[in-house]
Amino acid sequence: MIFDLLLVTALLVSAVHALSTPDLFRAVVLFIVFGLLMALAWARLNAPDIALAEAAIGAALTGALLLDALGHLHQKRRERSP
Amino acid sequence: MKTLLVASVFVLAGVLGLALGWSMLDLPATAVKLPVEVKAQLAVSGVAHPVTAVLLNFRGYDTLLEIAVLLLALLAILALPQATSSVERCPASANRMNPMLQTVARLLVPLMVLVAGYVLWAGAYRPGGAFQAGAVLAGAGVLLHLAGLLPPWTSPGRALRVGLAFGLLVFIAVAAAVMLQGTLLQYPPAWAGALILLIEAGLTVSLALVLAGLYLALTDTSVQQ
Repeated sequence: MIFDLLLVTALLVSAVHALSTPDLFRAVVLFIVFGLLMALAWARLNAPDIALAEAAIGAALTGALLLDALGHLHQKRRERSP
Repeated sequence: MKTLLVASVFVLAGVLGLALGWSMLDLPATAVKLPVEVKAQLAVSGVAHPVTAVLLNFRGYDTLLEIAVLLLALLAILALPQATSSVERCPASANRMNPMLQTVARLLVPLMVLVAGYVLWAGAYRPGGAFQAGAVLAGAGVLLHLAGLLPPWTSPGRALRVGLAFGLLVFIAVAAAVMLQGTLLQYPPAWAGALILLIEAGLTVSLALVLAGLYLALTDTSVQQ
């Protein structure tokens, strides 16, 4: 019960921070954290299938994709203002 | 002004959340007890895990369309015009030379392939299956790419194209073969387990390539711009 409450709080906090932070890198990291917490929540809800898919696709693959996009954004910005 | 906007967004989100929660509580009880129905039919589905039975047997049509949608998404990405420039830069050139990252990738990828195979096989009787196995394999591909061991897809060759379409083709072939003696995607109970494993193996290959392709093909276009 305490674990579930903590999980819900952490989910909400990470979601709000991921959406509201002006720092893009921090937003991506918080998104990955949110994905991993969500996978935990699915596991707690007795849905291990969705937990596996969420951890692999939601957190890992999407996170890598977003980080990669961020790297390209930074590179472009550096080129524009050398 | 900005704080007012943010506050109103939070208030609206709160109202939406409350409305969703209220409508959840207000839902009528389901007329058909689906878990009971699935449990009753599990014996003839060919697998012992209810989720796999629903995905690949009872609602196989949905899964067939799902892999088709994923393939379409990747085709759309591959069809994007690739802006080519004479100067090709490697954004991750620091990583590409990193022996630590490469060694770890070399150690981890065989393990990930093993895990994917296990997850695929375990899908018949416990949580797992083609989608999870494909995602793990795709993760292995992305890891290899990030370590600089796997080049991006500049132009997918014939083998890659066949691999992309393989899962969908196997699925359609099985569906058509089964249709000869009845309805679409209604496996004969004696063959169901083998057919589902065949479809899942094909799906794993294609899903891994499609999911990794979403990353590798996108990476390529942005590198070359």
